[in-house]
Amino acid sequence: MALSILIDWFPYLFSGIVLTLGLVASALIIGVGIGLPMALGQVYGSLAIRTLISIYVWFFRGLPVLVLLFLFYFGIFPALKLDLPAFYVGAVVLGLWGAAYQSQVFRGAIQSISEGQMTAARSLGMSRFQAIKSIILPQAMRIALPGWSNQYPEILTESSICYAIGVAELLTRSSQIVSQTYVTMPIYMACAIIFILLSYAGTSGIHFIEKKIAIPGFGPGEA
Amino acid sequence: MDQITFILDVMLPAFSNGLLMTLTLIAITAPIGFLLGVAIACGRVYGGKGLSWLMQLYTIFFRGCPLLLLLFILYFGLPSVGIIFTPFVASVLGFIFCNSAYNSEYVRGAILSVKEGQLIAAKALGMTKGQAILNIVLPQALRRSIPGISNEFIYLIKYSSLAYMITLVELTGASKLIATKYFAYNETFFAVAIVYLALVTVTTFGANALEKKYAVPG
Amino acid sequence: MTDEKYILRIENIKKAFGTNEVLTGVSINVKKGETVCFIGPSGTGKSTLLRCINQLTIPDSGKIFLNDEEVTHAGPRINYFRQKIGMVFQNFFLFDHLTAVRNVEIALLKVKKMSPKEAREKAMYELKQVGMANWAEHYPAELSGGQAQRVSIARALAMDPEIMLFDEPTSALDPELTREVLEVMKKLVIDGMTMLVVTHEMGFACSVANKICFMEHGQIKEQGSPAELLNNPEFERCKAFIGEFREYSQ
Repeated sequence: MALSILIDWFPYLFSGIVLTLGLVASALIIGVGIGLPMALGQVYGSLAIRTLISIYVWFFRGLPVLVLLFLFYFGIFPALKLDLPAFYVGAVVLGLWGAAYQSQVFRGAIQSISEGQMTAARSLGMSRFQAIKSIILPQAMRIALPGWSNQYPEILTESSICYAIGVAELLTRSSQIVSQTYVTMPIYMACAIIFILLSYAGTSGIHFIEKKIAIPGFGPGEA
Repeated sequence: MDQITFILDVMLPAFSNGLLMTLTLIAITAPIGFLLGVAIACGRVYGGKGLSWLMQLYTIFFRGCPLLLLLFILYFGLPSVGIIFTPFVASVLGFIFCNSAYNSEYVRGAILSVKEGQLIAAKALGMTKGQAILNIVLPQALRRSIPGISNEFIYLIKYSSLAYMITLVELTGASKLIATKYFAYNETFFAVAIVYLALVTVTTFGANALEKKYAVPG
Repeated sequence: MTDEKYILRIENIKKAFGTNEVLTGVSINVKKGETVCFIGPSGTGKSTLLRCINQLTIPDSGKIFLNDEEVTHAGPRINYFRQKIGMVFQNFFLFDHLTAVRNVEIALLKVKKMSPKEAREKAMYELKQVGMANWAEHYPAELSGGQAQRVSIARALAMDPEIMLFDEPTSALDPELTREVLEVMKKLVIDGMTMLVVTHEMGFACSVANKICFMEHGQIKEQGSPAELLNNPEFERCKAFIGEFREYSQ
């Protein structure tokens, strides 16, 4: 019986999976989009920029995602007269939150590139910006990839907290099915297994990419 | 109502009660989560095939299952099979499962990083395997796990907010209730943010001090 | 007749790792107070033989007796024998998280169940014997190789062993540091300790050993007093091996 209910409701659950992956994707995209410039700012920026970014990182890493969601959904966005649907609020908050973590991965990778790379690039007549773009970042990004991809399973599980502001993602839809059908444990366990499978599938996919772009003798892809 | 009275008469009592609940949750969960994590790690490294496999399953499930879902399972799900927990017990159990699973990964990695010669030398002195693990391997492994375990402790502070989603009024819950009641979202949530930031910052300093205290040259 | 009694008897020990036969039948008897040195090319089972004696490596067949008590197949009682068989390793294997004195006393506390005061006194005494008393509160990472090896000798001696096994104790050390470790070992010989030493230090072997065993392909190919072996080696490979060392030392 539980199985037939699962099959009946699968399309509904599936659109939850799509929303969950949407949350994760936007968190990762915003995470890189903001996290990478922040990392560059923390390494190459002025004292003011470095301090500002450090405060940002401290703030977003120090707060529960639930509090961040409440703060933005009920507080900041309404105060700014932004009337966003819950999904977008969730995506933005996860993105801002993820950027704080990801910036630290990128920062560590950039700092791990030896001074000599910058010196050599400058000696060839490259500007600082050119050197960062063409020499430092291509190396740093490869080094950062494993640390960055470790963010994926974490963002995936945290995305479920968007339940609290009513985003119709996987957990929300599972709960809805539970209250519709009164079939509890099978639905929840199915939900858990889907999360675990998504986590594994994503991680394996990223490992595959890591191997593809590995350069012989360079970075963790080699070891 | 002006800001000062709101803070003093509404926020302060509510936050104190919420904070007390949050700290209680952490105080119960953290030590058990730590010890269980160490036990699971030992089971995975030193246990037989069956035990090791079981422990691996434990870590895969509790690391892969979102904590919020785990809390739902414990609080909303288990009653359907006749097991009923209070929100408090369900929260503590959920946090322990999650915390111990993550801790075990750090400890396991640290145990595997202890050089094999340490165990050989201990055995050569006549220690049993148990004595060698307890006196030689674990003291070294646990030192190396301090950063990871403190990190999980900080996660625990933040994750404890999820207890509110199964109706346990802790710090986040307390703030949500007064924010809704007084329609004062920004003030309340920023205030609660400061409390969390203070907790996390103090813990970070404590963890660094702990790491320094137990640092061994080399 | 008492002087004919052997403290350690090794009977036809065999050991293979997979298809690699490391020991193909080794027998040797050691009297109390004797020093036996094992020499020979690397990979001929010398270290494996030592590890078989205290069962860190379990031999496939053969028997080992300490004072006529069987060490092989001892089961949990092996920890009793291991207290009587001290061992010193090539890479010291000091416990990295413990200071020198804690390294020496930990087994006294946990295995011998001594009181903390007793254990500390014993540990300090042993450290003094190897000239490391001033370094008692230092961690292994703060010690030179020679110092670390002397602490590890003290650690083994603290258990009051009846015999000591040395597995290439100076191979990881510079010549300068080698000397300080060999000095400590010579003192042990003089004090009458029974010792089995795997070493490449021919000078040491010749000056202190009662017996030198040349090992190759998992067997003792030749054994005798230093004088016999050095001046009159019968076995061709042994001759060549010793010859090489002579050239080096000139």
